[in-house]
Amino acid sequence: MALFYGFLLIFLLLNLLAGLWRIMRGPTGADRMLAAQLFGTTTVAMLVVMAQLQEQASLRNVALVIALLAAVTAVAFVRRAWPEKETSADAD
Amino acid sequence: MATLIPVWFDGLLGLGLVWFAWQALSSDNLFRAIVLFVAFGLMLALVWVRLAAPDIALAEAAIGAGVTGALLLAAMARLNVVIYEQATDNNETSSPPRRRPASELVALLAAGLFVALAWTLYHLPLDTPGLRQAVSEQLANSGVSHPVTAVLLNFRGYDTLLELLVLLLALLGIWSLGQCPRQAEVATGEVLDALSRLLAPVLLLVAAYLLWLGASAPGGAFQAGAVLAAGGILLLLSGWRLPARLTRWPLRVLLAVGPLLFLCLALISLLLEGRLLQYPLAQAGGWILLIEATATLSIGAILVALFMGGNPEPGQPDE
Amino acid sequence: MLTDYLAVLLLIVGGFFFLAGTVGLLRFPDVYTRLHALTKADNLGLGFIMAGLAIQSGSWLVAGKLLVIWLLVMLAGASVAHLIARRALQRDITPWQR
Repeated sequence: MALFYGFLLIFLLLNLLAGLWRIMRGPTGADRMLAAQLFGTTTVAMLVVMAQLQEQASLRNVALVIALLAAVTAVAFVRRAWPEKETSADAD
Repeated sequence: MATLIPVWFDGLLGLGLVWFAWQALSSDNLFRAIVLFVAFGLMLALVWVRLAAPDIALAEAAIGAGVTGALLLAAMARLNVVIYEQATDNNETSSPPRRRPASELVALLAAGLFVALAWTLYHLPLDTPGLRQAVSEQLANSGVSHPVTAVLLNFRGYDTLLELLVLLLALLGIWSLGQCPRQAEVATGEVLDALSRLLAPVLLLVAAYLLWLGASAPGGAFQAGAVLAAGGILLLLSGWRLPARLTRWPLRVLLAVGPLLFLCLALISLLLEGRLLQYPLAQAGGWILLIEATATLSIGAILVALFMGGNPEPGQPDE
Repeated sequence: MLTDYLAVLLLIVGGFFFLAGTVGLLRFPDVYTRLHALTKADNLGLGFIMAGLAIQSGSWLVAGKLLVIWLLVMLAGASVAHLIARRALQRDITPWQR
């Protein structure tokens, strides 16, 4: 079982690293932010698997915090960093 | 084969970490650098987990990847940097990278430092107990059962006190820049309203949970404070504003209560026990909880105030 | 033993959906379709992985916590997808046409 968890973790990590390409390419800001969101979800998955594998319950708390904070970062992106009109950056 | 899996995973993780860091630093596009930094924070949290430091992983996830990400995005917006869409990517391929004159020298120095560190690490003994023995002997006297919290809040309480003061100092620095920018009130829409109404109480609850958990498991004031700050930032982003009458003394009291209480308890301990930050044995647990609770409130308030980006008090001189 | 096989099956399905999400993120032609791929990874990928781990953990408390994390990820993911897509439309990012 531990062997399977190990393979799953490496698989998820490779998924995460593959998403880097989208951050580099874009082309819009949202594409990059999307990739970061997927990173967050993949990290949550990796952490809960590790929590089971290493028998550390605290890792589930880390997963919980990442899930919540990723949402806040995404809202910050939409409301602040990606204004409605491209030319004016002082209105949301 | 099975024993090699951790090696592969850790190796990939380490390489990915370095790769993300390099891409974030060398990126021409500021927004891309910020997103890479957030991703780097997530990878770093995983690295801390693999290094058997879940407390730091929790702090990194909350502060490094979360709050700092939101802070950087808001700061970038304030700089009036426009996120170029297709245009920037076309420009990036055509412009040559700027080489500063000293960059070769810096690269050489960095390589030398790397070699020195690697050599030192290689020669470190693998199985030093460090301070584990000393901490576990005194753990029963510390008032908590989690060794990391005992070190942070009791044995090395001085460091934590100074960290709180440093946070306050950072806030003072930002407040000295002038009034916080007026955000135009754009309609939020039902989804954002619903999301903030659902998530803000959850964040508050998780912060309280982490604070309470800190005595016996990874958690504590900084992690709880960062999650609390995330709740405050979410509310700010959803259009909530601090009422003007609260921006003077009530806000300042909230910001200062953590460090002030810590200082008071430190002085009281000096009077009672003769040494600074020597908690009386019977009350150590209660004192630590009190310090952590007020510190959580202050850290949350400080981080939200940092996000605001200036003094929220109306009538301050502009920068 | 049977629960082990079931858990492994669920975890593999979850991993497949994560792969689908990543492939979608890399290969789909515009923001809107990529958002769609992302939310599949959130819902189904994470859901199956949580289900598999919940079976393996053998504890109702752990299973409940995993359920809560999954629900929060789904809530946040769906809302954020909506917000990003709406803002993308406001910024006149045209959806991909065949």
